[in-house]
Amino acid sequence: MKDDIETRSGIKIRELYRPADLGSWRYEAKLGDPGQYPFTRGIYPNMYRGKLWTMRQYAGFGTARETNQRFRYLLKEGQTGLSVALDLPTQLGYDADAPEAEGEVGRVGVSICSLEDMETVFEGIPLGEVTTSFTINATATILLAMYQVVAEKQGVPRDRVAGTIQNDLLKEFGARGAWIFPIEPSLRLVVDAIEHCTRELPRWNPISIASHFRDAGATPAEEMAYTLSDGRAYVHACLARGLEVDAFAPRLSFFFYTYTNFFEEVAKYRAGRRIWARLLRDEFGAKSPESWRLRAACVCGGHSLTKAEPLNNIARTTIETMAVAAAGLQSVFTAAYDEAFAIPTELSARTALRVQQIVAYETDLATTCDPLGGSWFVEKLTDEMEQKIESVMQDIEARGGMVACLQSGYVQRLIGRRAYEWEQKVAAGEQPVIGVNRFRTEKDQDVEIHDADPALEKAQRERLAGLRGRRDGAAVERALADLERTAREGGNLMPSILAAVRAYATTGEIAGRLRRVFGEYHPPTDF
Amino acid sequence: MRRLRVLVGKPGLDGHDRGAKVIAAALRDAGFEVVYTGLRSSVDALVAAALQEDVDLIGLSVLSGAHLSIAEKLAQRLAERGAAGLPVVMGGVIPRRDHAALRGHGIAAIFGQDDSIQSIVDQCRQLAEQARRSQ
Repeated sequence: MKDDIETRSGIKIRELYRPADLGSWRYEAKLGDPGQYPFTRGIYPNMYRGKLWTMRQYAGFGTARETNQRFRYLLKEGQTGLSVALDLPTQLGYDADAPEAEGEVGRVGVSICSLEDMETVFEGIPLGEVTTSFTINATATILLAMYQVVAEKQGVPRDRVAGTIQNDLLKEFGARGAWIFPIEPSLRLVVDAIEHCTRELPRWNPISIASHFRDAGATPAEEMAYTLSDGRAYVHACLARGLEVDAFAPRLSFFFYTYTNFFEEVAKYRAGRRIWARLLRDEFGAKSPESWRLRAACVCGGHSLTKAEPLNNIARTTIETMAVAAAGLQSVFTAAYDEAFAIPTELSARTALRVQQIVAYETDLATTCDPLGGSWFVEKLTDEMEQKIESVMQDIEARGGMVACLQSGYVQRLIGRRAYEWEQKVAAGEQPVIGVNRFRTEKDQDVEIHDADPALEKAQRERLAGLRGRRDGAAVERALADLERTAREGGNLMPSILAAVRAYATTGEIAGRLRRVFGEYHPPTDF
Repeated sequence: MRRLRVLVGKPGLDGHDRGAKVIAAALRDAGFEVVYTGLRSSVDALVAAALQEDVDLIGLSVLSGAHLSIAEKLAQRLAERGAAGLPVVMGGVIPRRDHAALRGHGIAAIFGQDDSIQSIVDQCRQLAEQARRSQ
């Protein structure tokens, strides 16, 4: 074996760890019990004994009808929360009948053009009893308004409506690319949703600060650093709006990526919780311990999965799911083995859910809090990850913070470089990827994959045409005009968006009015 | 001789540009002049940029499943502009069962996540050189 082995964040790994490697390390200062500052061991005192992580598989495709059926299937199979995948036109504020939407309707998620579609997606699913997460960003305020109105129509009291909108635009500029408006109005909309939820939807997570930087190429330490730096930027934005830190910080949630580098992932989450707690308590002066907790969901899969020998991905996601169980996260999405091919089939989606259930119920990972705590290796690695993450965060701060670094393209360039370095390591065989550059089979396995039905796009267009004919056009126009005025003159946009949604204004119409006022973002194109 | 020029583009609405940027960097390191047009380019904008920049090859990255309609439209537009001979390659999340249809729309090579960077660069070079010679 080589003696200069490093983690993916570039931390040297020794052959053996002993108590002396931890030096003057003290339990109370570094760890504390679970549920206690700095939450290294987890954010709740009894962790999974009190509440197991939420099994929340990302799903959605075609029209609202197909997605409603998939959701009912997943709930019947024992899934405990819903996670809605939206198609790209919905994410980018185009209706199914817009020219930009051609070929994209219902492809990577469900098409939601209006309140009517949202009603269909949740038909027969009591919104007071499930929690729902939407991977939606640029149009998050619109989708939140639709969900709120559906819950209201089902008679669910506001304080029982629970779930999450991703609503994290900074990482869209940095890595994921599903932005619409320039950075400033995008931040305004993010804070509008946060402010609205503090007033009307106390159990809703108005933002899930997400780490797509990782899937775009960042190392685990950079992933955590960029994501926490985004978090810091959002706290600043909310404070600038005049919100009290303890009024919104407990509702900030996070979303990360987990790959097969098991121990480094565990250390990453433990270190991240420690840094976030310190940031909120000491830098922002939050008084409530709830504000200090890094509540996190994650995906196991993403770029760690391969197209070659796809069934190997079940082994990968199992290791990843075990890592997040050991790390004590709150919600887990385990990707399907066919993720590199298409959106999942019923079989691959069920198998992915089974991975979680096996880790949760057959193994002993969920039986005790922070099962790896006290390992000399894990504690040392946690400390080293903490230093690494903090040094990246300091670099970002020294350059004016995350917003400035995204505006200049600094973060995007670093991520692109990392992605290229990774591919070079894989090409050189330095980074083993089983089935790709090591132990490769010549004859590849074929798996059955999801068949996108082109008729669904047409069906969705027709459904939308029907709605446009039926609704009260004058009421829609009044609501949209009011929205446009608020966008121009200032003030929280949520009440106007809610009114437009109630009048069955479409996603594209609402986003279109905002585009008219705010314009569009123009990204840097260097690589 | 002028260096080989390639346009790397992301048509459609998909924002996953990791693959496009890695390939753009690899082609640049292999001596190509690379024009990267960024996210959400319309097919019309891509064709216009390719002709204006006088490229020898177009490389498109699509991960959203919209590859068939994009390829079909691109073939039409290139033919309308008298550029049907300009080779186009595609990469991304593209199921094998769509390969034949894509070739029918004139896509010269289709790459996936497991193709090595070297083999992608080699095939791009070969196609671009052929196109240059036949001009």
